[in-house]
Amino acid sequence: MTRALFALLAAALLLAGCSTTQKQDDGAQVEERGGAGTGTEGSQTYGADTGRQSAMEQLNDPSSPLSQRIIYFDYDSSEIRADYRSIVEAHAAFLASNPTITVSLEGHADERGSREYNLALGERRAQAVKRQMVLLGVNGSQIRTTSYGEERPVVPGHDESAWSQNRRVEIIY
Amino acid sequence: MTDFKRKTTAAAAFWLLFSLLVPLRALAALDIKITQGMEAALPIAIVPFGWPSQAGEAPIDMHVTISNDLARSGRFRPMPDADLPQRPASFDQVNFRDWRLLGMENLVIGNLRPLPDGNYEVEFRLIDVYRGNQIAGFRIQAARQQLRRTAHRIADIIFEKLLGVRGAFDTRIAYVTVEEKGGAKRYALQIADADGFNPQILLESPEPLMSPAWSPDGRQIAYVSFEGRSSAVYIQDIATGRREKVTANPGINSAPAWSPDGTRLALTLSMDGDPEIYVLHLSTRTLQRLTNDRSIDTEPAWSPDGTRIAFTSDRGGGPQVYEVPATGGTPRRLSFDGPYNARPRYSPDGNSIAVVHGRDRVYRIAVLDVRTGSIQVLSKGRLDESPSFAPNGTMLLYTTAGPGGSELAAVSADGRVHQRLALQEGEVREPAWGPFLAAPAQP
Repeated sequence: MTRALFALLAAALLLAGCSTTQKQDDGAQVEERGGAGTGTEGSQTYGADTGRQSAMEQLNDPSSPLSQRIIYFDYDSSEIRADYRSIVEAHAAFLASNPTITVSLEGHADERGSREYNLALGERRAQAVKRQMVLLGVNGSQIRTTSYGEERPVVPGHDESAWSQNRRVEIIY
Repeated sequence: MTDFKRKTTAAAAFWLLFSLLVPLRALAALDIKITQGMEAALPIAIVPFGWPSQAGEAPIDMHVTISNDLARSGRFRPMPDADLPQRPASFDQVNFRDWRLLGMENLVIGNLRPLPDGNYEVEFRLIDVYRGNQIAGFRIQAARQQLRRTAHRIADIIFEKLLGVRGAFDTRIAYVTVEEKGGAKRYALQIADADGFNPQILLESPEPLMSPAWSPDGRQIAYVSFEGRSSAVYIQDIATGRREKVTANPGINSAPAWSPDGTRLALTLSMDGDPEIYVLHLSTRTLQRLTNDRSIDTEPAWSPDGTRIAFTSDRGGGPQVYEVPATGGTPRRLSFDGPYNARPRYSPDGNSIAVVHGRDRVYRIAVLDVRTGSIQVLSKGRLDESPSFAPNGTMLLYTTAGPGGSELAAVSADGRVHQRLALQEGEVREPAWGPFLAAPAQP
């Protein structure tokens, strides 16, 4: 089932690639696009390859599922929830069809309980997302995992609202 | 990382200069308040030390430091200065009748005297008022910079003489602070005297710092730093600021724990696929793997005799405390009470293990009896963590969630005495109580 989905997405990406080729022939835009690579971890220098230019467009497209870069988790769990599977799949498909692009998966935990155990829990979450991506055809060498445990919360606060937003894996290109 | 070394040298130099220029009464960066003391605290009278009036202002209030130490333990109730019936500075000045009338059994008197070579002579006597004799005392020489430590050592002697337990006032603590400056967080690894005085920054970083661990001789600290954008373990020499990266394998490198003989470091490494406990032999740099399980195994802690290592594992479903021989073997589970027991730390006598005990979404500090597995909850917060025993086993430092973030607190090992330790700015986390210190060298 997932293979069919993957094939479908890959086909969609190829088609998208084709449609921008014509714009490519105008020339100069490629260099600019390449230069616009942000300096975040895993950023790539994009050359004149039309496939890569469309990759940048996809990553920057706010309506694409690729714009969702955070996977949230339940308390004390590293299982990818059903409502986040499609996001993981979208990123996996993207990476599988762009094998030179690398990504960093940063795992986090909420503040409760012991810090070092939470560091391990964050890693377990990042590994869970990586495992899912590899199953979906991504080369493991494209994915770097790391964990900050509870050390880098995005929301300060001692309630479930804060905690639920801190239990996450961030997908960083 | 010469930038950090420059910074730590600068910080140390600043504090050294600062302490030479201003009287040693300077405010502590940590302000310690007893929120619950023992009902049966021992009354004790500590008289201001004699000081030759022609010598100007004394460099330190010895009796205040001693009195605060004893009061802070929750086991003593020092008499307020205003209630002292007299201020003897020598044994023959003591009016025993006055003290007996007040029912004051324990009396501490002393003298501070400047010496021609710039050092000081310190003398104290602990007197049993009813027997009318001295039960402890000394006369030593000390350099000016050692006077606070000398006061702590006097408090240690009094504590041991009257309670039969070695005092831990002449000790230091390490902790991590976090401050927000201009939207960015600054992390710092700091050490201070156990009463919060003389804070000293060992390392500052824009990335998180975790898990400070004192070497058994008190000269080095191991810690986890994220300065390389993922966790790595460092060992830093406190006096020189020199440090080395001990391990930076792919994955987690964390939870350093020194063996009691100082030759090995237990660690959590996930380089082989999931977090496992390893032992690093520091002289040979060989790594020995102790656990082999697909679960999370982390937070190693050595038993005081160095033969066993306790650790956290969720191989049984949720985090619980296990124990394995330090040379390898089959881990056995120690904790069975409650769904969450983690972050073990042995008491100095090896009979109990402090843990973070979670139940019904509340996390508290508890002690686990190694023999029976029974749990005694000590702290009262909702988000308590990072317990650390004093080297005499009487108190535990830990952190609790406060209004401004994480705060330091302390509780006695029997749960009767509670303290809050407020830092002037920022959050404080991950306290580590250092070992007993050797007496400062006589000048």
